[in-house]
Amino acid sequence: MGNFLVWAVWFLAAAGCLGSGVAVVSLSNPFYSALALIGNLASLAVLYLLLAAEFLAAAQVLVYAGAVMVMFLFVIAYLGGRADAPWAGGPPLLRTAAVLAAGALLVEVVVVLGLAWGGDLRDPAEVSDSFGSPAEIGELFLTDHLLAFEITSIVLLVAAIGGVVLGTTREKDVGE
Amino acid sequence: MDGPGVGWYVIVAAILFATGAMGVMLRRSPLIVLLSLEIMLNAGNLTLVAFSRQFGELDGQIFALAVMAVAAGEVAVGLGLIVAMARRRLALDVDQASALRG
Repeated sequence: MGNFLVWAVWFLAAAGCLGSGVAVVSLSNPFYSALALIGNLASLAVLYLLLAAEFLAAAQVLVYAGAVMVMFLFVIAYLGGRADAPWAGGPPLLRTAAVLAAGALLVEVVVVLGLAWGGDLRDPAEVSDSFGSPAEIGELFLTDHLLAFEITSIVLLVAAIGGVVLGTTREKDVGE
Repeated sequence: MDGPGVGWYVIVAAILFATGAMGVMLRRSPLIVLLSLEIMLNAGNLTLVAFSRQFGELDGQIFALAVMAVAAGEVAVGLGLIVAMARRRLALDVDQASALRG
């Protein structure tokens, strides 16, 4: 019974994830695209929970579905009607090539997975209940991965400064 | 883990990645391109978390958190670029932003 429930939740989350992903790419109004991406990120958080990544699921909802998407929606509102993006319809050759390239990526992953199947990939490792909890993640960040943690903070600082520089209005830029 | 194995998660991530890649290649609005990029990054994250669970190592989740931080930075800079484009009255079309083309 528990097994069936896990599969049902997984199936719903995966279907929501893929469906909203297609919606993000295909809708012509960016506002609805951004809303679909929120659904996408939320169903990904459910998949993370199934994979025993509680802290990551919480961070996904807070950082992504919360902060990042609000920023997106603000910019879309700021741009107003200029943000509308109907399908422009480039050269058919390019469109076909894009679909083929994306399909090739998909086939590659499935083939590699099929070749590597068995061995390590068959049975998941046994993990304790605290696997993926905030305490364990925090401890790893402050011990084994301290350098990555510090570099991440520098990346965020640089990105914040870049955002401010790009957003600053200079007199000569306006109405150019 | 009595449920879907790691292969199912990786296949979902692969389909998601291909969807995002199509969005990046087919759409011309920089906003939609950024949203599709987010989908691609999240597909990578899902793979990291799935293999982290499979091998019982938390390093994958740490890496996924670093990817999330990089994605947040990318959005800050990308949206700044889009706002700067709009302010300069440039067309919001990635195909027309070709001043740096070699």
